Amino acid sequence: MSAAAKTGRAFVYGDGIDTDVLAPGHAMKLGPDGLARHCLEAIDPGFASTVRAGDFVFAGADFGIGSSREQAAISLKKLGVAAVFAKSFARIFYRNAINIGLPALIFPHEGAVSAGDAISLDLAAGRVSNITTGRDYPVSPMPEHLRTMIEAGGLMESLKTRFGARELIQ
Amino acid sequence: MTQPATLAQKILARAAGKSRVEPGEIVTVSVDLAMAHDSSGPRRWRARLEALGVGLWDPSRVVIVSDHYVPAVDAESAAILKTTRDFARDFGVEHFYDMRGICHVILPEHGHLRPGLFLAGGDSHTTNAGAFGCYAAGFGATDMTAIVATGETWTMVPETIRVEVSGALGEAVSAKDIMLLLCRELGMGNHFKAIEYGGEAVRAMDMEARTVLANMAAELGGETGLVEPDATTLAHIRAHGGKAEEADITRWRSDEGAPYERVFTLDASTLAPQVAAPHSPSNSADITAHEGVRIDQAYIGACVGAKLSDLHMAASVLKGQKVAKGVRLLVAPASAKVTEAAAKDGTLPILSEAGAIMLPSGCGACAGLGAGLLAEGEVCLSSTNRNFKGRMGHKDAEVWLGSPFTVAAGAIAGKIIDPRTLLAERRRAA
Repeated sequence: MSAAAKTGRAFVYGDGIDTDVLAPGHAMKLGPDGLARHCLEAIDPGFASTVRAGDFVFAGADFGIGSSREQAAISLKKLGVAAVFAKSFARIFYRNAINIGLPALIFPHEGAVSAGDAISLDLAAGRVSNITTGRDYPVSPMPEHLRTMIEAGGLMESLKTRFGARELIQ
Repeated sequence: MTQPATLAQKILARAAGKSRVEPGEIVTVSVDLAMAHDSSGPRRWRARLEALGVGLWDPSRVVIVSDHYVPAVDAESAAILKTTRDFARDFGVEHFYDMRGICHVILPEHGHLRPGLFLAGGDSHTTNAGAFGCYAAGFGATDMTAIVATGETWTMVPETIRVEVSGALGEAVSAKDIMLLLCRELGMGNHFKAIEYGGEAVRAMDMEARTVLANMAAELGGETGLVEPDATTLAHIRAHGGKAEEADITRWRSDEGAPYERVFTLDASTLAPQVAAPHSPSNSADITAHEGVRIDQAYIGACVGAKLSDLHMAASVLKGQKVAKGVRLLVAPASAKVTEAAAKDGTLPILSEAGAIMLPSGCGACAGLGAGLLAEGEVCLSSTNRNFKGRMGHKDAEVWLGSPFTVAAGAIAGKIIDPRTLLAERRRAA
């Protein structure tokens, strides 16, 4: 395992985790921290209070379907989620996650991860390890265009460079 | 001879300044029109634009619509609306519609659409504009900030799924029923794909019905939904103050032999009204499978389900009838112009005499905001496009989706019922 690897616990969900579950409409008026406390509450009321920085979310097909609300990705990031793994992603969620620097990775291995498993992700090496089961899985690389953007620090950082802005951008 | 291309390829090639683009290719495109609303736009843009030290790349190409937190119900929503107004003033946005209706309905109502445009919108149902032969896609707030600052974005050229609808829709069956069937048949995982609709049933539709097809391409997971423009498109654009040329019809269409990933065919004449059970539009079935489900609320609202033609559908069922005891029928017309037209043509009195409660124009209950939300355990039959868990209020409320015909019939019966049965019974009684 390289020094770049991150280790955390797995939170495991099924198919079709939608943006209303990730960022419920009734809490959309709240700021990002307030909204994040409601993340996934409709299917897992304990998620926001138990997830810790560096943990991972694993899910099935169509993660992030629904609205364009970027808060769906921001809420996961605010709660400290280090990466989301899913069988497939909705396109707006995928773009939003990459833009804000939340790795969204295709992970088709059904049943490979159970809730609470210790997981290690080495993005540079393209490998995710289930420490609990002792098995490794390759992570399919993201398109180069997107890797470049993430390396630049996300979309806002790229824009900062483009416009020569000096201020730190939230 | 040039290789055949899909409409999506042609628009992206034009927007990318290339002679041809291929599916899977990532291209940088110029944005012709950017749209956002009070929830996705100014409140998320302003601080970032100020930090970048830039304004809008072209204020005349930016449309802002306050439709989510309207009208304000508390200090927070009032502040969001004020932020939006202040931004429009300070950044020189002339095309600002403050509480005039839902953004997707506002765009064609005010002549903003034209075939061949690349439209970027800060809302997932931006696909709605694809009914006019635009490449219209939804984006999140950071993407939209970059778009309004630079006038550019990147996109992956999509594969196209062609949906070919033959035949004619039967009584009390509508474009919404086609989409609920497609959510089941094509699924909601067509990520990064374009969905193009054609065939005689689509050609026969007015523009409002076509927008239902393009709107719910979002539910299919698509990048965009597209309908090739024709005389109906051009007439609608011109009648609403927009610009279009005859040449748009021949230019903005898929070529014979275009490389579709898949062609899905459907005979409209055999289609029954559809309802989608909680908590996904893909849980749809012929209405007969769910007849008898009792409802607490019937909701006619949203970009997809409260345009003038939708109110006409509802009125055709509600005329001379009363909403069932214990059921509330809420109607939120999609725009101020829709309300005005429905008042003039006699539709509004039919609705209110039946017992409908009129709500302000806006996204309202469909987006989990404003009036018309549900309590724990309540059941709503709705003309909207999504029924995800917790979307319209309590997480343990149930939302069933149907056409305006189906919602109106449910409001009268107090339960899910085939609108065709209700209309036939009424004819027998007459």
